[in-house]
This record gives sequence, structure tokens and C-alpha cells, in this order.
Amino acid sequence: MTASRPIRVLVAKPGLDGHDRGAKVVAAALRDAGMEVVYTGLHQTPEMIATAAIQEDVDVVGLSILSGAHMTLFPRVLQLLHEQGRDDVLVTGGGIIPQEDMNTLHRQGVGKLFGPGTSTSDLVRYIQDWFAQRERQEA
Amino acid sequence: MSAAPAASDRLLADFAARKPAALARVISIVENRGAGSARLLAALHGATGHARRIGITGPPGAGKSTLVAQLVRAYRSRGLTAGVVAVDPTSAFTGGALLGDRIRMEAVALDPGVYIRSLATRGALGGLSAATREIADVLDAYGFDRVLVETVGVGQSELEVARTADSCVVVLVPESGDAIQTLKAGLMEIADVLVVNKADRPGADRLRAELKVMLQVRSGPRRGQTASSRGAGTDLSGEPADPPEGGGAEGAHGSSWVPPVLTAVAADGTGIPELLGALDSHHDYLVATGGLAEQRQARLRARVAEVVDLELRARLWGDAATTAWLEGRLAAMDSGETTPFDVARELLKRSGRLLAGEGDDAPR
Ligand SMILES: Nc1nc2c(ncn2[C@@H]2O[C@H](COP(=O)(O)OP(=O)(O)OP(=O)(O)O)[C@@H](O)[C@H]2O)c(=O)[nH]1
Ligand SMILES: [Mg+2]
Repeated sequence: MTASRPIRVLVAKPGLDGHDRGAKVVAAALRDAGMEVVYTGLHQTPEMIATAAIQEDVDVVGLSILSGAHMTLFPRVLQLLHEQGRDDVLVTGGGIIPQEDMNTLHRQGVGKLFGPGTSTSDLVRYIQDWFAQRERQEA
Repeated sequence: MSAAPAASDRLLADFAARKPAALARVISIVENRGAGSARLLAALHGATGHARRIGITGPPGAGKSTLVAQLVRAYRSRGLTAGVVAVDPTSAFTGGALLGDRIRMEAVALDPGVYIRSLATRGALGGLSAATREIADVLDAYGFDRVLVETVGVGQSELEVARTADSCVVVLVPESGDAIQTLKAGLMEIADVLVVNKADRPGADRLRAELKVMLQVRSGPRRGQTASSRGAGTDLSGEPADPPEGGGAEGAHGSSWVPPVLTAVAADGTGIPELLGALDSHHDYLVATGGLAEQRQARLRARVAEVVDLELRARLWGDAATTAWLEGRLAAMDSGETTPFDVARELLKRSGRLLAGEGDDAPR
């Protein structure tokens, strides 16, 4: 099962907190899994993330959120994408997010979220499976 | 990401309504050479021809993206819009790519008059320059005044990409001095403007002086950046490489263009007005010498050749009767009764109507 083209992913680190080591590790893992990863760096606002996702026509947006602002950031990015007609983008990511928040966000349309200490290979497999399923639906 | 006719009509309507998501999707279809890509490009062709195309290339980390962001900012302050294509290499081992050029373009990223797209080379030799040219066409058709294409000047295919622009800026840094002998082979050939970036570091003026000497040595009748010496990928014509006579545009020295060598600090914007001026001069030069028209014609010629190549191949090898006929000739070639060359000639002769698109004689 090979995809018809590489999966395109935007990796961003919203919020004001310091380093982007985690996001960089994720970006490298996704690249090593054969994906085209647009990396936008630190301090990204939801507007910057959504604009980049639209312009880059990505399939997936991966956000690394450590600041605790996940309950506002994820829905806002999703909303901005929807406003521009991109309700087909998988918005996923990780950070220190309590399980019940994950459930709430999932109900709002956010994809699976990964807690700290998750192996990047879990995220890779999740994205690959999601993409393969979408390609099957389109075919 | 294919586009059936109805879907592609909707996409074109959204594109005409200037929806960024539609622009982005059209570029994806063109990049993937997906179904409907030829139809989309044909539909957009009439709207092209307005944008000035500028290539920016140079060694890794020279400050290309930072410079592109500064150029875009300067164009925006003149009221011009800009589309940017930033190309990064695909890993030969994994097929993946890390596209990081946007980081340096943050300052202009939210401007609605700016569009930035990151592309991976996808290991497509030659195909990359064709795809990039088509994507530049799409940005042109969308209405951008300037289209800037950033590529790392390392491999041949990246240099080919730079060649598809009207004007090509080669960015070096003071530390490039040692590598100048190897650089001059590839990068110097394609430079219309040279920029020694990171001039806040020692050695910039020295490199600038060295480059100027090198260019003076080169600038004889041999030198002359016109479309015929640049081409657009496919050289079908064998046109003379001599520049047209009498091009006295501002900044041009005599009848041939000698690339100016500038210094810049992209990090703080120093040298950007001079770079803009040099690009304007080069454009004026191209207009005055007819080089611009020649470049556009070279692009059109190359485009027709590409489309014809693809179409002929598809018609011939997509035809079941043809492949069956070829199968039937294998034994005769194997036994030495005939040769592959005779069979090829026979095959072309019997395929006249097929290649002309008049359908096949044999009922399916
Ligand atoms: N000192 C100094 N640093 C600069 C200047 N311009 C860019 N840089 C820095 O050089 C580094 C690389 O800049 P980029 O703009 O990403 O360079 P690039 O050529 O696009 O890099 P690649 O796309 O990776 O090949 C960054 O850390 C910039 O901040 C400059 O004029 N002076
Ligand atoms: Mg760059």
C-alpha cells in the first residue's frame, strides 16, 4: 500500500513558551517516515498556523502545545481552517493534555492527541493510517 | 488530489475568486501531475504573462530565505504583490523532506498580498524545473506581480530551476571565497545579479572585488545573458548565443549584461534597495534587448515540446493494438530476421493516424 504522493504535514509550536525541541523531533520523525514536513517554528499564532496550512495545502497539522492553552488553540485553528473551506485537514498533536480535555477536543473535530512520552512512531502510524483511509474513500 | 471536470470547474471558479485554498490546491494538482492538471494549466494560460519571475539561489544557509522575505517586504511597500516558491531537497533514502524556509519569512506570512509555498524536489531530475515553471505560471495567472523562486544551488536540477526565471540572483557569503573555483562553474553561469550576503561579517568586500574581477575576465563577446543562452529547459532551436546588439539599458555595460555584484545584510535589510534597483535594471535590459520576449518564447517552445512528448508517449504506449503488434514482432527480432531499428521505423509508419489522434483503425 503506497500512497499516490507524499503526505504533507505542517508542524508548528504555538504559544509563548520557550523551546521547540519536541516539535523538531516530531518533524524529523515524520520526514524520516517519508512525509513532506513544513516546519514553521516557535510562537505561532492560530492565524499564522491556519494561513500556512492553507497556503501549503497540507493534509495534516501537527501542533505541539505545552503551555496549557490547548483548549483555545486547537478549536481556533480548526475554526480558521473551516472558514477557508478546509474541513478535510487532520488537526492532531501532543503536549501535556488531560484525558478529558482530549475527549472534549476530539468531539469538536480534533484528531487523536498524544501525551508526553508517546513514541513518535505512534504518531507516524496514526497519520499514515488516517491518510490511507482517506485515499480509499476518495478512490 | 485529482480533479474531475466538474470539480475542476469549481476549483477554477474559486481560483478566479482569489480564494487562497483554491490557489494552493491548483498548485498541488500541478505538482502531483494529477488528473486534470493539463486542463487546469490550459485554462489558466491566458491569464499568464504579467508577473516578473525572479530566481534566488546559492549555497545552503547563505541567507536566501531571509533575502526573499526582505525583497517581498520591499515589493509590498511599492504596492506590488508577491508569490514565493521555496524548494528544498527530498531525502533520497526516505522520500521525505523538511521544508523550513517559511521560518525566515514570518514577517510577511500574514500579508494577504503574499503567498508562500514550500516544495520538495521529490528527486525529479528535470521534472522539477518543469513543475516549478508550471507553478510559477499558476502564481502568475493568480495575479501576483512578482514570483520569487528560492532553490539551494547545489545540484544540476536546482540550477535548472533557477534558469526558468527571468532574472536570477545568486547569493553568496564571505566564507564562499574559498569555494569560488567550484562555484563559478555552475552558479556564475546563471547569475544575473550577485549578492554577497552577511556583509556584517569580515571578507565581504574582498569577495565582492574577487567576483568583479572574475566577471570582467568572463565578460567578452562570450558573455551575454539572453534567452537563447539560458533557454527554458529544452533547446530546440540552436539559436546563436550572442546577445542582441545595442542593448543600452541602464546598468548594462555595452551590449551584454555584466552581472552587478552587490553586498547585503539580509538580516537587517541593508542593501535591499540596491538589489531591487539591480533587478529593475536587468528587467529593463531584457526588455530593451528583446531578451524578455525571447525568454517567454523559449518557455512556450519548451512547454509545447513537453506536452507533445507526454501526449505522443501516452497515445502510442497506451494503445493496446500497438503493444500487441510489438509483441508479435519480438520473435522476428530475436531470430535476427529484422532489427529493433527497422521495427521502430515500421511502428512509427503504422502509427500515423494514432499519433495524429484520429483514433485507431481496428475496432476494439
Ligand atoms: N550575520 C548574518 N546572518 C544572516 C544574514 N542573513 C541571514 N542570516 C542568517 O543565516 C541563517 C540562514 O538564513 P536563511 O535565510 O535560512 O538561509 P537560506 O540560504 O535560505 O538557507 P537554506 O534554505 O537552508 O539553504 C539564519 O540564521 C539567518 O538568520 C545576514 O545578513 N547576516
Ligand atoms: Mg532557505
